[in-house]
Amino acid sequence: MADEAIIELVDVVKSFGAQRVLDHVNLRIPVGRTTVIAGGSGQGKSVSLKLILGLMRPDSGRILVQGKDITIMKPWELNRMRLGFGVLFQGAALLDSLTVFDNVALPLRERTRLRPAEISDQVFRSLEQFDLRGHEEKYPAQLSGGMKKRVGLARALQLEPKIMLFDEPTTGLDPERTMEIYRLFFDTQKHFGYTSIIVSHDIPKIFNLADQVVLLNQGQIVTFESPEEIQLSAGSATLDFLSKSMGDVYRSSALEGTL
Amino acid sequence: MGRIARLGEYTLYYLFDLGRMGKFLFFAVRGFFARPFRLVEVFRQVRLIGANSFVVIFFTAAFTGMVLGVQGYYTLRKFGSEGALGSAVALTLIRELGPVLTALMVTGRAGSAMCAEIGIMRNSEQLDALVCMGVDPFRYLISPKVLATLLSVPVLTQIFTVVGIYGGYLSGVMLLGVNPGAYFAGMEQSVLNQDINLGIIKSFVFALIIVWVCAAKGFYVHEIRNAGFGAEGVSRVTTQAVVLSSISVLIWDYLLTALLL
Repeated sequence: MADEAIIELVDVVKSFGAQRVLDHVNLRIPVGRTTVIAGGSGQGKSVSLKLILGLMRPDSGRILVQGKDITIMKPWELNRMRLGFGVLFQGAALLDSLTVFDNVALPLRERTRLRPAEISDQVFRSLEQFDLRGHEEKYPAQLSGGMKKRVGLARALQLEPKIMLFDEPTTGLDPERTMEIYRLFFDTQKHFGYTSIIVSHDIPKIFNLADQVVLLNQGQIVTFESPEEIQLSAGSATLDFLSKSMGDVYRSSALEGTL
Repeated sequence: MGRIARLGEYTLYYLFDLGRMGKFLFFAVRGFFARPFRLVEVFRQVRLIGANSFVVIFFTAAFTGMVLGVQGYYTLRKFGSEGALGSAVALTLIRELGPVLTALMVTGRAGSAMCAEIGIMRNSEQLDALVCMGVDPFRYLISPKVLATLLSVPVLTQIFTVVGIYGGYLSGVMLLGVNPGAYFAGMEQSVLNQDINLGIIKSFVFALIIVWVCAAKGFYVHEIRNAGFGAEGVSRVTTQAVVLSSISVLIWDYLLTALLL
């Protein structure tokens, strides 16, 4: 029996002008598992995340988060629903005018009734966990790409979200920093037990994190129950889809025998 | 048919834009009253928008007043009315040049920076991050800027007027020899409360125009037609914001003068 879905996209259509990015897409994100959404540039990966977060509305179709249709929610309902989400943006999206400490403390100050001393304790514990002690007074412009991602992840986890969304978490990072982010991902998922959705084109490495893989191409998706299933699909019509979806990345990975 | 369709498309776009601007102002004003209040941020913005504009305002006012003193002196001398120089300088500054030039200077210095800052925040997903944390970006980011601009611009306008009057005094009295008593006495007799009120009303309206146009343009940088993307988009939208804000200030200056004088 399939796992219970925490997020469901039902017959979702989203277009920008004449370009249809998602064309009657159906997708189930199982609870407690890691779903990787992969695809080439401009195939609608980030749009899918924004739709799930309610930052965009679909042209038609329904998006269910924990059984509730977010496409018909009022702004305050969406706001409350988003408390269950944590997001690590592509560039970490740290507020430039705030220090590392203030960035991590932001959700606690704005969304909880904790006292300043309690906030300070929690933030310092997080900074310790993410190996950021000693950097708390720095501003985002003074941080490396990897450190920004760590601060972004620390901030996203402050309210202990049930669902974590990662938008290209390793883009622009060297292999060592990439591995560091993956380690943090494993550690924090084990600790917090969140459901995660990772949008990435870091193929094939990202498949190591995946329980389920979703490939996007020209508005269509193909879902694989596991990364191994992709290998089993080789030689079928899916191969063509894979090749189109991933383009050069897929071809080079296939040539190297890493996929 | 193509032209009609295009005209319809433009009309719909600008109507949508108008609605979006209205909504922006509504949410920004609503943010004043939403908890938790961000008073510290309001004071920080007063420093950035108001205090940091002081030097620009001071020099603009001083030289505007000095030019008014010289121009006024030579014009009034033709009619043997040099004694009315104080009245001419004061009324010009209080009713017109004080509010208008202050608004234009603040637009150029603080409005453009505000638009670029918010635009960059939009492009780097900082605004999306706020929304995802359940933080209202209007309350958190926009409302303090609106409040700070509404507090700063009227004060800067009064500073402009006072400095301008002394600039006129410097050129008219100290350099060209107008009687100092006549300069201030004429001013005292001719400047009415009505004139001062007009200047204050204008400064509030202009402050609202500046912050509304500049902040909204930055906020909606991703939705503005033909703005482009990334840094180019932000730079184009910042230019648009400064131009639109300046023209709006001049149009509303005429409308308010015609309505209230």
